[in-house]
Amino acid sequence: MNRRDILLHGVRLTAVAVLLPPTARKAQAQTAAVVIDNFTFNPPEVKVKIGDTVTWTNHDDIPHTVVSAGKFRSKTLDSDDSFSFTFAAAGDYKYFCSLHPHMTGMIKVE
Amino acid sequence: MSHHDHDEDSGVSRRKVLECMTWAGTGVLWTIAGGVPRSLGLVDAAQAAEKAAQTSGLTFLQISDSHVGFDKPANPHALGTLEEAIQKVSAIPVKPSFMIHTGDISHLSKAAEFDDADRIISQARLDVHYVPGEHDFLDEEVKLYKERYGKGTRGAGWYSFDANGVHFIGLVNVVDLKAGGLGNLGAEQLEWLEDDLKGRSKSTPIVVFAHIPLWTVYPQWGWGTEDGARALDYMKGFGSVTVLNGHIHQVMQKVEGNVTFHTARSTAFPQPAPGSAPSPGPMKVEDTRLRSLLGIASVNFKLGDERLAIIDTPLQG
Repeated sequence: MNRRDILLHGVRLTAVAVLLPPTARKAQAQTAAVVIDNFTFNPPEVKVKIGDTVTWTNHDDIPHTVVSAGKFRSKTLDSDDSFSFTFAAAGDYKYFCSLHPHMTGMIKVE
Repeated sequence: MSHHDHDEDSGVSRRKVLECMTWAGTGVLWTIAGGVPRSLGLVDAAQAAEKAAQTSGLTFLQISDSHVGFDKPANPHALGTLEEAIQKVSAIPVKPSFMIHTGDISHLSKAAEFDDADRIISQARLDVHYVPGEHDFLDEEVKLYKERYGKGTRGAGWYSFDANGVHFIGLVNVVDLKAGGLGNLGAEQLEWLEDDLKGRSKSTPIVVFAHIPLWTVYPQWGWGTEDGARALDYMKGFGSVTVLNGHIHQVMQKVEGNVTFHTARSTAFPQPAPGSAPSPGPMKVEDTRLRSLLGIASVNFKLGDERLAIIDTPLQG
Protein backbone atom coordinates (compact mmCIF):
# COMPACT_ATOMS: atom_id res chain seq x y z
CA MET A 1 0.00 0.00 0.00
CA ASN A 2 1.47 3.34 -0.92
CA ARG A 3 1.37 6.50 1.15
CA ARG A 4 -1.49 8.00 -0.80
CA ASP A 5 -3.72 4.98 -0.14
CA ILE A 6 -3.01 5.15 3.55
CA LEU A 7 -3.99 8.80 3.59
CA LEU A 8 -7.18 8.03 1.69
CA HIS A 9 -8.12 5.43 4.27
CA GLY A 10 -7.38 7.98 6.95
CA VAL A 11 -9.91 10.32 5.39
CA ARG A 12 -12.52 7.61 5.21
CA LEU A 13 -11.87 6.74 8.84
CA THR A 14 -12.54 10.32 9.90
CA ALA A 15 -16.00 10.12 8.36
CA VAL A 16 -16.72 6.91 10.25
CA ALA A 17 -15.24 8.14 13.51
CA VAL A 18 -17.86 10.86 13.83
CA LEU A 19 -20.47 8.20 14.45
CA LEU A 20 -18.47 6.49 17.17
CA PRO A 21 -18.48 7.33 20.89
CA PRO A 22 -15.51 9.42 22.12
CA THR A 23 -13.75 6.43 23.69
CA ALA A 24 -13.56 4.62 20.37
CA ARG A 25 -12.17 7.75 18.72
CA LYS A 26 -9.37 7.90 21.27
CA ALA A 27 -7.98 4.57 20.12
CA GLN A 28 -7.43 6.05 16.65
CA ALA A 29 -7.51 2.63 15.09
CA GLN A 30 -7.31 2.73 11.35
CA THR A 31 -8.73 0.48 8.71
CA ALA A 32 -6.99 -0.76 5.62
CA ALA A 33 -8.54 -2.44 2.62
CA VAL A 34 -7.35 -5.34 0.53
CA VAL A 35 -9.29 -6.23 -2.59
CA ILE A 36 -9.29 -9.63 -4.23
CA ASP A 37 -9.20 -9.18 -7.97
CA ASN A 38 -8.12 -11.60 -10.69
CA PHE A 39 -6.98 -14.18 -8.12
CA THR A 40 -4.61 -11.74 -6.40
CA PHE A 41 -4.62 -9.87 -3.08
CA ASN A 42 -4.16 -6.20 -3.79
CA PRO A 43 -2.05 -4.70 -2.37
CA PRO A 44 -0.13 -7.89 -1.62
CA GLU A 45 1.53 -6.36 1.44
CA VAL A 46 -0.03 -3.95 3.91
CA LYS A 47 1.57 -2.26 6.92
CA VAL A 48 -0.71 -1.43 9.87
CA LYS A 49 -0.41 -0.61 13.56
CA ILE A 50 -1.55 -2.73 16.50
CA GLY A 51 -5.29 -2.30 16.87
CA ASP A 52 -5.86 -1.58 13.20
CA THR A 53 -8.39 -3.52 11.15
CA VAL A 54 -7.91 -4.93 7.68
CA THR A 55 -10.92 -5.66 5.47
CA TRP A 56 -10.69 -7.98 2.49
CA THR A 57 -13.34 -7.79 -0.24
CA ASN A 58 -13.72 -10.34 -3.02
CA HIS A 59 -14.33 -8.79 -6.43
CA ASP A 60 -13.92 -12.04 -8.40
CA ASP A 61 -16.66 -14.24 -9.86
CA ILE A 62 -15.15 -17.13 -7.91
CA PRO A 63 -15.18 -17.59 -4.12
CA HIS A 64 -11.98 -17.12 -2.15
CA THR A 65 -10.86 -17.35 1.47
CA VAL A 66 -8.37 -15.44 3.60
CA VAL A 67 -6.40 -17.73 5.90
CA SER A 68 -3.38 -17.10 8.11
CA ALA A 69 -2.41 -20.38 9.75
CA GLY A 70 -3.30 -20.30 13.44
CA LYS A 71 -4.15 -16.59 13.30
CA PHE A 72 -7.30 -15.94 11.33
CA ARG A 73 -9.56 -17.68 8.83
CA SER A 74 -12.44 -16.15 6.91
CA LYS A 75 -15.54 -17.98 5.84
CA THR A 76 -15.80 -18.57 2.13
CA LEU A 77 -16.15 -15.16 0.51
CA ASP A 78 -18.48 -15.22 -2.45
CA SER A 79 -18.43 -12.32 -4.91
CA ASP A 80 -18.53 -8.95 -3.08
CA ASP A 81 -18.35 -10.56 0.37
CA SER A 82 -15.97 -9.03 2.92
CA PHE A 83 -13.96 -10.25 5.90
CA SER A 84 -12.36 -8.04 8.58
CA PHE A 85 -9.73 -8.82 11.16
CA THR A 86 -8.35 -6.55 13.88
CA PHE A 87 -4.69 -7.07 14.67
CA ALA A 88 -3.98 -7.10 18.41
CA ALA A 89 -0.33 -8.11 18.26
CA ALA A 90 2.71 -7.06 16.26
CA GLY A 91 4.21 -9.39 13.71
CA ASP A 92 4.25 -10.51 10.10
CA TYR A 93 1.02 -12.25 9.16
CA LYS A 94 1.43 -14.28 5.99
CA TYR A 95 -1.90 -15.36 4.60
CA PHE A 96 -3.30 -17.16 1.56
CA CYS A 97 -6.48 -18.36 -0.12
CA SER A 98 -7.06 -21.95 1.01
CA LEU A 99 -8.93 -22.68 -2.25
CA HIS A 100 -6.29 -21.19 -4.55
CA PRO A 101 -3.09 -21.43 -2.52
CA HIS A 102 -0.98 -19.68 -5.13
CA MET A 103 -2.76 -16.52 -3.91
CA THR A 104 -0.69 -15.14 -1.03
CA GLY A 105 -0.38 -11.87 0.89
CA MET A 106 1.17 -10.32 3.96
CA ILE A 107 0.04 -7.98 6.72
CA LYS A 108 2.87 -6.38 8.69
CA VAL A 109 1.71 -5.16 12.10
CA GLU A 110 3.96 -2.76 13.99
CA MET B 1 3.18 -41.88 -34.09
CA SER B 2 3.02 -40.12 -30.80
CA HIS B 3 -0.16 -38.21 -31.41
CA HIS B 4 -2.84 -37.50 -33.91
CA ASP B 5 -3.70 -33.88 -34.31
CA HIS B 6 -7.35 -33.06 -34.84
CA ASP B 7 -6.84 -29.37 -34.53
CA GLU B 8 -7.83 -28.54 -38.08
CA ASP B 9 -10.23 -25.79 -38.93
CA SER B 10 -11.02 -27.35 -42.27
CA GLY B 11 -12.94 -30.02 -40.43
CA VAL B 12 -12.56 -33.76 -40.33
CA SER B 13 -14.74 -36.01 -42.40
CA ARG B 14 -16.63 -38.91 -40.89
CA ARG B 15 -14.40 -41.31 -42.78
CA LYS B 16 -11.35 -39.75 -41.21
CA VAL B 17 -12.87 -39.90 -37.76
CA LEU B 18 -13.52 -43.58 -38.16
CA GLU B 19 -9.95 -43.97 -39.33
CA CYS B 20 -8.96 -42.36 -36.08
CA MET B 21 -11.18 -44.70 -34.15
CA THR B 22 -9.51 -47.63 -35.87
CA TRP B 23 -6.16 -46.16 -35.19
CA ALA B 24 -7.27 -45.54 -31.63
CA GLY B 25 -7.23 -49.29 -31.31
CA THR B 26 -3.53 -48.98 -30.66
CA GLY B 27 -3.35 -45.44 -29.37
CA VAL B 28 -5.31 -42.61 -28.00
CA LEU B 29 -7.83 -40.59 -29.91
CA TRP B 30 -5.88 -37.37 -29.65
CA THR B 31 -7.87 -34.24 -29.16
CA ILE B 32 -5.39 -31.48 -28.59
CA ALA B 33 -6.60 -27.91 -28.07
CA GLY B 34 -10.28 -28.00 -28.80
CA GLY B 35 -11.33 -31.61 -28.66
CA VAL B 36 -13.62 -33.03 -31.26
CA PRO B 37 -13.51 -30.94 -34.44
CA ARG B 38 -16.47 -28.78 -35.29
CA SER B 39 -17.58 -30.86 -38.20
CA LEU B 40 -18.10 -33.82 -35.91
CA GLY B 41 -21.63 -33.41 -34.62
CA LEU B 42 -23.18 -35.26 -31.74
CA VAL B 43 -24.61 -37.97 -33.98
CA ASP B 44 -21.20 -38.77 -35.40
CA ALA B 45 -19.67 -38.75 -31.96
CA ALA B 46 -22.39 -41.07 -30.74
CA GLN B 47 -21.89 -43.39 -33.70
CA ALA B 48 -18.17 -43.41 -33.11
CA ALA B 49 -18.78 -44.28 -29.48
CA GLU B 50 -21.16 -47.02 -30.54
CA LYS B 51 -18.62 -48.48 -32.92
CA ALA B 52 -16.03 -48.35 -30.20
CA ALA B 53 -18.34 -49.99 -27.69
CA GLN B 54 -19.15 -52.82 -30.05
CA THR B 55 -15.54 -53.90 -30.15
CA SER B 56 -14.61 -53.33 -26.55
CA GLY B 57 -15.38 -54.22 -23.01
CA LEU B 58 -15.88 -50.86 -21.45
CA THR B 59 -17.05 -47.35 -22.21
CA PHE B 60 -17.49 -44.82 -19.45
CA LEU B 61 -18.14 -41.10 -19.35
CA GLN B 62 -16.49 -38.23 -17.59
CA ILE B 63 -18.27 -35.04 -16.62
CA SER B 64 -16.69 -32.31 -14.56
CA ASP B 65 -17.02 -28.91 -12.98
CA SER B 66 -20.80 -28.56 -12.97
CA HIS B 67 -20.56 -25.61 -10.55
CA VAL B 68 -24.28 -25.84 -9.81
CA GLY B 69 -25.22 -22.50 -8.24
CA PHE B 70 -22.91 -20.45 -10.44
CA ASP B 71 -24.92 -17.58 -11.95
CA LYS B 72 -22.33 -15.03 -13.06
CA PRO B 73 -22.07 -13.54 -16.58
CA ALA B 74 -19.81 -16.34 -17.89
CA ASN B 75 -22.91 -18.58 -17.67
CA PRO B 76 -26.00 -17.50 -15.72
CA HIS B 77 -27.55 -20.96 -16.31
CA ALA B 78 -25.00 -23.49 -15.07
CA LEU B 79 -27.78 -25.88 -14.05
CA GLY B 80 -29.27 -25.63 -17.54
CA THR B 81 -26.01 -26.50 -19.30
CA LEU B 82 -25.51 -29.43 -16.90
CA GLU B 83 -28.95 -30.63 -17.96
CA GLU B 84 -27.94 -30.30 -21.62
CA ALA B 85 -24.82 -32.35 -20.92
CA ILE B 86 -26.88 -35.07 -19.25
CA GLN B 87 -29.27 -35.07 -22.20
CA LYS B 88 -26.25 -35.71 -24.43
CA VAL B 89 -25.27 -38.59 -22.17
CA SER B 90 -28.77 -40.06 -22.35
CA ALA B 91 -28.74 -39.78 -26.15
CA ILE B 92 -25.71 -42.04 -26.56
CA PRO B 93 -27.15 -45.18 -28.19
CA VAL B 94 -24.97 -47.69 -26.36
CA LYS B 95 -25.30 -47.19 -22.66
CA PRO B 96 -21.94 -46.49 -21.02
CA SER B 97 -21.01 -48.64 -18.02
CA PHE B 98 -20.90 -45.70 -15.63
CA MET B 99 -19.92 -42.08 -15.25
CA ILE B 100 -17.20 -40.35 -13.28
CA HIS B 101 -17.53 -36.77 -12.06
CA THR B 102 -14.20 -35.07 -11.44
CA GLY B 103 -15.40 -32.51 -8.92
CA ASP B 104 -16.81 -29.05 -8.40
CA ILE B 105 -20.29 -30.52 -8.48
CA SER B 106 -21.51 -27.42 -6.66
CA HIS B 107 -20.29 -23.83 -6.69
CA LEU B 108 -20.62 -23.03 -2.97
CA SER B 109 -21.32 -26.44 -1.35
CA LYS B 110 -24.90 -25.49 -0.52
CA ALA B 111 -27.31 -28.34 0.16
CA ALA B 112 -29.66 -26.99 -2.50
CA GLU B 113 -26.85 -26.98 -5.07
CA PHE B 114 -26.00 -30.62 -4.37
CA ASP B 115 -29.74 -31.43 -4.49
CA ASP B 116 -30.10 -29.76 -7.89
CA ALA B 117 -26.99 -31.48 -9.22
CA ASP B 118 -28.23 -34.89 -8.07
CA ARG B 119 -31.68 -34.30 -9.55
CA ILE B 120 -30.18 -33.57 -12.99
CA ILE B 121 -27.29 -36.06 -13.00
CA SER B 122 -29.53 -38.95 -11.88
CA GLN B 123 -31.52 -38.49 -15.11
CA ALA B 124 -28.64 -40.22 -16.91
CA ARG B 125 -29.54 -43.40 -14.99
CA LEU B 126 -25.88 -44.34 -14.59
CA ASP B 127 -23.77 -45.12 -11.57
CA VAL B 128 -21.64 -42.07 -10.85
CA HIS B 129 -18.25 -42.19 -9.15
CA TYR B 130 -17.37 -38.81 -7.71
CA VAL B 131 -14.25 -37.07 -6.47
CA PRO B 132 -14.54 -33.66 -4.81
CA GLY B 133 -13.37 -30.31 -6.11
CA GLU B 134 -12.45 -27.43 -3.82
CA HIS B 135 -15.93 -25.98 -4.39
CA ASP B 136 -17.49 -29.07 -2.79
CA PHE B 137 -15.85 -28.49 0.61
CA LEU B 138 -17.03 -24.93 1.30
CA ASP B 139 -19.80 -25.60 3.82
CA GLU B 140 -18.96 -24.52 7.36
CA GLU B 141 -18.73 -28.03 8.78
CA VAL B 142 -17.28 -29.54 5.59
CA LYS B 143 -19.67 -32.45 5.81
CA LEU B 144 -22.15 -32.24 2.93
CA TYR B 145 -19.89 -33.81 0.28
CA LYS B 146 -18.88 -36.70 2.52
CA GLU B 147 -22.45 -37.33 3.63
CA ARG B 148 -23.64 -37.53 0.05
CA TYR B 149 -20.76 -39.02 -1.91
CA GLY B 150 -18.26 -40.30 0.62
CA LYS B 151 -19.82 -43.67 1.46
CA GLY B 152 -17.15 -46.36 1.46
CA THR B 153 -14.33 -43.89 0.85
CA ARG B 154 -11.30 -43.11 2.96
CA GLY B 155 -9.92 -39.87 4.31
CA ALA B 156 -11.40 -36.90 2.50
CA GLY B 157 -13.04 -39.23 -0.03
CA TRP B 158 -10.50 -41.36 -1.92
CA TYR B 159 -11.21 -44.93 -3.05
CA SER B 160 -10.62 -47.48 -5.77
CA PHE B 161 -12.74 -50.00 -7.64
CA ASP B 162 -12.47 -52.43 -10.53
CA ALA B 163 -14.49 -52.67 -13.72
CA ASN B 164 -13.87 -54.97 -16.69
CA GLY B 165 -10.33 -55.65 -15.59
CA VAL B 166 -9.50 -51.95 -15.30
CA HIS B 167 -8.48 -50.60 -11.89
CA PHE B 168 -10.00 -47.19 -11.13
CA ILE B 169 -8.60 -44.89 -8.45
CA GLY B 170 -10.40 -41.73 -7.29
CA LEU B 171 -8.08 -39.31 -5.49
CA VAL B 172 -8.68 -36.11 -3.52
CA ASN B 173 -6.19 -33.28 -4.09
CA VAL B 174 -8.23 -30.29 -2.90
CA VAL B 175 -7.84 -30.39 0.89
CA ASP B 176 -5.17 -29.13 3.25
CA LEU B 177 -3.61 -26.96 0.55
CA LYS B 178 -0.43 -25.16 1.59
CA ALA B 179 0.21 -21.43 1.13
CA GLY B 180 2.01 -20.79 -2.13
CA GLY B 181 1.50 -24.39 -3.25
CA LEU B 182 -0.62 -26.38 -5.68
CA GLY B 183 -3.09 -29.23 -5.27
CA ASN B 184 -2.19 -31.66 -2.50
CA LEU B 185 -2.67 -35.39 -1.94
CA GLY B 186 -0.89 -35.67 1.41
CA ALA B 187 1.10 -38.42 3.10
CA GLU B 188 -1.87 -40.49 4.29
CA GLN B 189 -3.44 -40.73 0.85
CA LEU B 190 -0.11 -41.46 -0.85
CA GLU B 191 0.49 -44.26 1.61
CA TRP B 192 -2.93 -45.69 0.87
CA LEU B 193 -2.27 -45.41 -2.87
CA GLU B 194 1.04 -47.22 -2.66
CA ASP B 195 -0.70 -49.96 -0.74
CA ASP B 196 -3.61 -50.07 -3.16
CA LEU B 197 -1.27 -50.67 -6.11
CA LYS B 198 1.07 -53.05 -4.35
CA GLY B 199 0.98 -56.59 -5.68
CA ARG B 200 -1.33 -55.65 -8.55
CA SER B 201 -0.42 -57.13 -11.92
CA LYS B 202 1.50 -54.62 -14.05
CA SER B 203 -0.72 -55.51 -16.97
CA THR B 204 -3.77 -54.13 -15.15
CA PRO B 205 -4.83 -50.91 -16.89
CA ILE B 206 -5.00 -48.09 -14.36
CA VAL B 207 -7.38 -45.13 -14.57
CA VAL B 208 -6.74 -42.50 -11.92
CA PHE B 209 -9.04 -39.51 -11.58
CA ALA B 210 -8.89 -36.41 -9.38
CA HIS B 211 -10.12 -32.83 -9.59
CA ILE B 212 -6.95 -30.77 -10.01
CA PRO B 213 -4.56 -32.00 -12.72
CA LEU B 214 -2.01 -34.43 -11.25
CA TRP B 215 0.54 -33.09 -13.74
CA THR B 216 1.82 -29.55 -13.74
CA VAL B 217 -0.20 -27.66 -16.31
CA TYR B 218 0.46 -24.07 -15.19
CA PRO B 219 1.75 -23.53 -11.65
CA GLN B 220 1.32 -19.75 -11.88
CA TRP B 221 -2.42 -20.43 -11.73
CA GLY B 222 -2.13 -23.32 -9.31
CA TRP B 223 -2.86 -25.85 -12.06
CA GLY B 224 -0.96 -28.85 -10.81
CA THR B 225 -0.53 -31.10 -7.77
CA GLU B 226 2.38 -30.57 -5.40
CA ASP B 227 2.94 -34.27 -4.72
CA GLY B 228 1.34 -35.59 -7.93
CA ALA B 229 4.69 -36.93 -9.15
CA ARG B 230 4.87 -39.21 -6.11
CA ALA B 231 1.49 -40.69 -6.98
CA LEU B 232 2.64 -41.28 -10.55
CA ASP B 233 5.82 -42.91 -9.27
CA TYR B 234 3.71 -45.69 -7.78
CA MET B 235 2.22 -46.31 -11.23
CA LYS B 236 5.56 -46.75 -12.92
CA GLY B 237 5.85 -50.14 -14.54
CA PHE B 238 2.14 -50.42 -15.26
CA GLY B 239 1.56 -50.87 -18.96
CA SER B 240 -1.36 -48.47 -19.21
CA VAL B 241 -2.09 -45.48 -17.00
CA THR B 242 -4.78 -42.91 -17.80
CA VAL B 243 -5.05 -39.78 -15.67
CA LEU B 244 -8.36 -37.91 -15.89
CA ASN B 245 -8.82 -34.48 -14.30
CA GLY B 246 -11.04 -31.41 -14.36
CA HIS B 247 -10.56 -28.03 -12.66
CA ILE B 248 -9.16 -26.12 -15.63
CA HIS B 249 -12.41 -26.14 -17.65
CA GLN B 250 -10.79 -26.98 -20.98
CA VAL B 251 -9.44 -29.99 -22.83
CA MET B 252 -5.76 -30.60 -22.46
CA GLN B 253 -3.90 -33.79 -23.11
CA LYS B 254 -0.42 -35.18 -23.19
CA VAL B 255 1.19 -38.59 -23.36
CA GLU B 256 4.30 -39.38 -21.40
CA GLY B 257 5.56 -42.92 -21.80
CA ASN B 258 2.83 -45.24 -20.58
CA VAL B 259 0.80 -42.40 -19.06
CA THR B 260 -1.94 -40.46 -20.82
CA PHE B 261 -3.06 -37.26 -19.12
CA HIS B 262 -6.37 -35.70 -20.01
CA THR B 263 -8.53 -32.89 -18.65
CA ALA B 264 -12.24 -32.55 -19.38
CA ARG B 265 -14.35 -29.54 -20.21
CA SER B 266 -16.68 -28.06 -17.61
CA THR B 267 -20.42 -28.25 -18.04
CA ALA B 268 -20.71 -24.74 -16.54
CA PHE B 269 -18.24 -22.17 -17.87
CA PRO B 270 -14.94 -22.07 -19.77
CA GLN B 271 -11.65 -20.86 -18.36
CA PRO B 272 -8.86 -19.22 -20.36
CA ALA B 273 -5.86 -21.04 -21.79
CA PRO B 274 -2.86 -20.88 -19.44
CA GLY B 275 -1.39 -17.41 -19.30
CA SER B 276 -3.79 -15.99 -21.90
CA ALA B 277 -5.71 -13.84 -19.39
CA PRO B 278 -4.89 -11.96 -16.17
CA SER B 279 -6.40 -14.78 -14.09
CA PRO B 280 -7.90 -18.27 -14.41
CA GLY B 281 -11.38 -16.93 -13.55
CA PRO B 282 -14.55 -17.71 -15.53
CA MET B 283 -14.17 -16.65 -19.16
CA LYS B 284 -17.06 -14.70 -20.65
CA VAL B 285 -17.52 -15.54 -24.32
CA GLU B 286 -20.27 -14.67 -26.78
CA ASP B 287 -23.45 -16.57 -26.00
CA THR B 288 -23.28 -18.33 -29.35
CA ARG B 289 -19.83 -19.73 -28.53
CA LEU B 290 -20.47 -20.85 -24.95
CA ARG B 291 -21.71 -24.36 -25.71
CA SER B 292 -18.76 -25.11 -27.97
CA LEU B 293 -16.54 -24.69 -24.90
CA LEU B 294 -18.59 -26.86 -22.53
CA GLY B 295 -18.99 -30.58 -22.80
CA ILE B 296 -18.43 -34.17 -21.74
CA ALA B 297 -15.84 -36.86 -22.43
CA SER B 298 -16.37 -40.47 -23.37
CA VAL B 299 -13.61 -42.94 -22.57
CA ASN B 300 -13.33 -46.31 -24.26
CA PHE B 301 -11.17 -49.18 -23.14
CA LYS B 302 -10.50 -52.11 -25.45
CA LEU B 303 -8.93 -55.19 -23.98
CA GLY B 304 -5.35 -55.60 -25.09
CA ASP B 305 -4.84 -51.93 -25.91
CA GLU B 306 -2.35 -49.90 -24.03
CA ARG B 307 -4.23 -46.66 -24.22
CA LEU B 308 -7.82 -45.70 -23.74
CA ALA B 309 -9.59 -43.79 -26.46
CA ILE B 310 -10.97 -40.50 -25.23
CA ILE B 311 -13.55 -38.53 -27.18
CA ASP B 312 -14.44 -35.02 -26.04
CA THR B 313 -17.83 -33.86 -27.19
CA PRO B 314 -18.84 -30.22 -26.82
CA LEU B 315 -22.45 -29.39 -25.97
CA GLN B 316 -22.68 -27.71 -29.35
CA GLY B 317 -20.48 -27.21 -32.38
